[in-house]
Amino acid sequence: MSDPTTAGDGAVATATANDALAVEGVELAYRVRGIPREVLRGVTFHVRPGEAYGLVGESGCGKSTTAYAALRYLPSNGVITSGRILVAGQDVTDMSERQLRNFRAREASMVYQDPGSALNPTLKISSQVIEAFTILGHDKDEASDRALDALRRVRIADPEKVMHRYPHQLSGGMQQRVVIAMALACDPQLLVLDEPTTGLDATVEAEVLDIVRSLRHEMNAAILLIAHNLGVIRSMCDRVGVMYAGRIVEEGDAIEVFEEPKHPYTIGLLQCLPRHGARKTEQALFTIPGTLPQIGTSLPTCVYVDRCALADDLCRNEVPPVVEVGAGHWTRCHHVDRLDEMPEPTVQVVQHEGRTDVVLELSGVSKTFRVHGHDVPALVGIDLGLADGETLGLVGESGSGKSTLAKSMLGIYPADPGGEIKLDHVVLAGKAADRPTAAMRAMQMVFQNPDSALNRAWTVRRILRRAIRKLTGVGKAEADRRVEELAEGLRLSPRHLDMRPRQLSGGLKQRVAIARAFAGDPRIVICDEPTSALDVSVQAAILNLLADLQFDKSTSYLFISHDLGVVRYLADRIAVMYLGLIQEVGTTDQVFGGPHHPYTEALLSAVPSVDGEPSERIRLTGEIPSPANPPSGCVFHTRCHRFIEGTCDVIEPPVVELEPGHLIRCHLPVDELGKVEVGTG
Amino acid sequence: MTRYIVRRVALSAVTLFLLVTIVFVIVNVLPDDPGRRIAGPFAPQETVDALNERLGANDPLLDQYGRLLKNAVTFDFGESFKFGQPVKEVLFPALARSAKLVVLGLVLTLPISIAAGIFAARRRNTLADRSVVTLGLASSSIPEFVSGVTLQFLIGVQLGWLPVLALAPSDAGFFAELEYLLLPALALVAVYFGYIARITRAGTISALDADYTRTAVMKGLTRRRVMTRHVMRNALQPTVAVIGTQIGYLFSGLIALELIFNYPGLGSLIVNAASDKDFPLLTAGVILVGIIYMLTTLTADLVIAWMNPRARLVGERV
Amino acid sequence: MSVGSVDPQVLGPEPAAGPVFDARGERRLASRERLRLLLRRPGFIVGSLILLFWLTCAVGGDNITPLDPLNDFDVSLQPPSADHLFGTDQLGRDVLSRVMAGARDVLIAAPIAAVLSVAMGAMLGTIMGYYRGWVDEVLSRIIEAFLSIPVVLIALLIVSALGASGVIVIGTVAVLFTPIVARTVRAATLAEAQLDYVTAARLRGESGLFVMTREILPNVSGTLIVEFTVRVGYAVFTISTLSFLGAGIQPPSPDWGLTISDTYRLIQASFWWPTLFPALAIASLVIATNLVADSIDTVRQA
Repeated sequence: MSDPTTAGDGAVATATANDALAVEGVELAYRVRGIPREVLRGVTFHVRPGEAYGLVGESGCGKSTTAYAALRYLPSNGVITSGRILVAGQDVTDMSERQLRNFRAREASMVYQDPGSALNPTLKISSQVIEAFTILGHDKDEASDRALDALRRVRIADPEKVMHRYPHQLSGGMQQRVVIAMALACDPQLLVLDEPTTGLDATVEAEVLDIVRSLRHEMNAAILLIAHNLGVIRSMCDRVGVMYAGRIVEEGDAIEVFEEPKHPYTIGLLQCLPRHGARKTEQALFTIPGTLPQIGTSLPTCVYVDRCALADDLCRNEVPPVVEVGAGHWTRCHHVDRLDEMPEPTVQVVQHEGRTDVVLELSGVSKTFRVHGHDVPALVGIDLGLADGETLGLVGESGSGKSTLAKSMLGIYPADPGGEIKLDHVVLAGKAADRPTAAMRAMQMVFQNPDSALNRAWTVRRILRRAIRKLTGVGKAEADRRVEELAEGLRLSPRHLDMRPRQLSGGLKQRVAIARAFAGDPRIVICDEPTSALDVSVQAAILNLLADLQFDKSTSYLFISHDLGVVRYLADRIAVMYLGLIQEVGTTDQVFGGPHHPYTEALLSAVPSVDGEPSERIRLTGEIPSPANPPSGCVFHTRCHRFIEGTCDVIEPPVVELEPGHLIRCHLPVDELGKVEVGTG
Repeated sequence: MTRYIVRRVALSAVTLFLLVTIVFVIVNVLPDDPGRRIAGPFAPQETVDALNERLGANDPLLDQYGRLLKNAVTFDFGESFKFGQPVKEVLFPALARSAKLVVLGLVLTLPISIAAGIFAARRRNTLADRSVVTLGLASSSIPEFVSGVTLQFLIGVQLGWLPVLALAPSDAGFFAELEYLLLPALALVAVYFGYIARITRAGTISALDADYTRTAVMKGLTRRRVMTRHVMRNALQPTVAVIGTQIGYLFSGLIALELIFNYPGLGSLIVNAASDKDFPLLTAGVILVGIIYMLTTLTADLVIAWMNPRARLVGERV
Repeated sequence: MSVGSVDPQVLGPEPAAGPVFDARGERRLASRERLRLLLRRPGFIVGSLILLFWLTCAVGGDNITPLDPLNDFDVSLQPPSADHLFGTDQLGRDVLSRVMAGARDVLIAAPIAAVLSVAMGAMLGTIMGYYRGWVDEVLSRIIEAFLSIPVVLIALLIVSALGASGVIVIGTVAVLFTPIVARTVRAATLAEAQLDYVTAARLRGESGLFVMTREILPNVSGTLIVEFTVRVGYAVFTISTLSFLGAGIQPPSPDWGLTISDTYRLIQASFWWPTLFPALAIASLVIATNLVADSIDTVRQA
């Protein structure tokens, strides 16, 4: 027996009484200084038992709020103004406190974004996991057994040892597995995961997602997965809902929505991402003009109308209908028939001369830190070259040394004696303070976090002017002129110049940071995860900007990122690092095309892509070793799936040239190396 | 844990050493003629010279320094000018008497302040919370001697509920002694309530807002269990730290109170030594207070390390 | 320096700049709004009024007291009455006038000590927080040593060794407060020094002095203001206590602490007014500064 839910504008989705989760027309607001600010504007969706449903969207769209609302965990100023939420038939919005407690203990569980802070630092793991069982009525001993069992189920190899530890002694991946074990203790009807792998390294993320996927078969639970990473959603979920400004704008089967999106926002979002191996030389990335609406903005008709390329008066005056565009696939738009009129990203073909003149050269650069009396080798014997106007992508997980490399190049951490860094064939001093101004001008940096990269007390004008004057030494009038020129070049309007950073959005701040880096016409700009803190639509604009600046001025980039799609888009050459050593280096085509170093192979197969599953799925075992205790022989041997006993753990591997320009640090002969094809879609 | 203890104790020793040095600079290096300072402007020169000789003020500075360090370690500062007895014999009984007052003050303050802080944190931004904060702010702003005289007048004189002076007759029993000490202890409470209530409130708020509390709530635990098992261990750490430092400072609050209530404790001993220019006693008294401060903060840090595993274990990744 | 041919389609029109919200819908306040918020807080209003009152007394001095604070009248120890609102003391002086006149000395000494300690403490704290290393370690140990003794005790020690005078008292309090301020400023500086804009400055080749004064200090100024206000309160607290103990402001000033040291024994004989009114004056002044400091601090973090 099914009854269609009426959700104000007649949603097509029909909820059944057996739904694990039914969200019906939920409107939620935060009361800020007395004024209610809408966050959720009528969210309706349902999840069937055993199904995995993904909610995807950019920051501020309300997906996390929805997730927490499913367990009725609202901030003190949050209030559900309309609608209801049913979990396994029970109305969560209507429960008493005692019923809610019972519900949370037995029916629904949650896994959080930051597992380290989700665990109590003062309690041992055993106490915390056992607690999840004692609350179900088990006695201490039985709970203890079950707890050990639960840890085994999440593939923790030595559960007794882990039980006696404190949370801060576990790695991120291990912590998250503990949280998952606790969540599954009650065999819930609904399992909500809020960005469960954001912040974990790629290979660790893959393992955690694997565990969830395999556990699905053992559980009855329905899964609600919240993520901003479309690849994660695609690889984990059956159905997906795309959220924008507190409303679901499109919903359907995950693969179908990502391959054939039917809402202008979804289309735009997917076009912002570098897909199917796109490269900067082939096309620019699509960007969505405008910014995400703030919480509480009045959006009476179509929530996307201010940024949509197809928007017209109809969209501004009438609420868009729910249109079914396929089996179980619907969208909220007036102009479903005109979707192919949406603008395509411009194709850009740039003549690529073979770049040969080397701007920066590193030979045998090492960096050892002294921590608590131990030597930690963060960088070991790095040999690297950077040509004029090229982008070298640097890829690696935590402990790989990529940030240390960037900082050593810049002189923030002086490299160990014995290594050499040469700029234009002139050896640079180890410490930045010892380098001439010309060298500082030539090498600048764009940081990951735009909030921390700009001085909050200075205006934009002052930030840029100081950079210009200090690096180039020109007079006041000339500096002012250059500030205006620089701002114009980066599309910063004059009124932005007199603002302070806190008045600017993330994307604008990053533009100012880039402008500052370019103030002295640098030869090399080191970009350390410059778009990781930004939303997808903003990221695309910044990447386009960086690509254009490079084409225009022949600047070289050292581009550090954990996002392989972005690196593939922007980089000409790629270096893969692991535990302070470069494991593989080559052109982008070579590194992505294979044959690969085993670590690269695993990395490529681990990353969930919105374009689809990789051809191979390599599962790495174990945790990333601490840089303080690097394994003997080949540092990767403890996790390598092609490990040769007796060789890899004893002898350091040689650097082998597979083809001109493509180097690998491995013992294996070429024909035993793997090839992964990513996102053929 | 042992490594942490050793490091912490070593740190205290260094600080103590520096303290003694500071005292040395103040007492021995800065004044140009201590003998004259003690004897006064009208005393004959022979008296001044004799005093300087006795003080060792004419010896090379390094000798004086060495002597002071040795004294500090053995805790033997010679004889008090005024009392003619070894300093130790004068100091320790006074310390014992002050300690009684401090302990009583703590016993009264801690439960009320901590409870008030937790109470306020759980009712954040309500009238009750703001009242506690304002009350705490006001009460910690009042110097001890102000609250002392006010209480002495209101409760001791006007209402006559408690004895006006703190020193009980020597044959008084435990409870009688308590009665005598109650007024000055209450004066201490008035002042220290504010600090402890506010820091407890802040610590509890930050623990209540933490992700691990959210996890506990989402597990379906009762509010009481969430508070006792998850929140309190984290919330009270700053409070323990503050208590550690405040016990040391209590000895300065005691000075004024001991004068007002005519109680011969460590505080009034030091004050009188100051006005009498009895330097051996004065120096010893100040260093003693320093030692007490180090001991209480050391204990507080150790308690915190016991409560917070992150502080004591060097984390190894599994 | 232009970027050349850039398709607006590619970069998009300029994103609007304006107030930025965080996840809870709360807005970061602009400085003008903060000021307005501050001026409406009851704590701030009450505190400022009290401060204003005492400042007026301090400035006006003898000229605005109803009666001459130093003059004896025939009637000693008269309880509060219409003629003498606060009664008369043991020498027949009008207590109200003495209380009003007593504001001056402490309101000269305390702010000066506070300013000096904040200036010195800020310098020390910034250097420690920015350079770190052994300078930080050594200075931190010295600061801890100073903090191990209550200010009043060391002040007593210093004053006995060096004599009591206005300059010594102010100087002592200033020196003894410096470590406290330094610790607070050090913490704030440490937090700032970790941010990337400091690294960016170093990558421009900026000198240490520039980074500390032009980059970091402006962001630490809020902390400094609050710290200064708190220090004024504590300075009043400390100087009053020292005066009470005879090691602070010297006779014949009508200073409150000093007055109380003369009159507190009278309480036992039920003569409360010569003691309690100056005591309440001290309390009110310190409470007022703390209320103001707390209001500024709360608004600053909004």
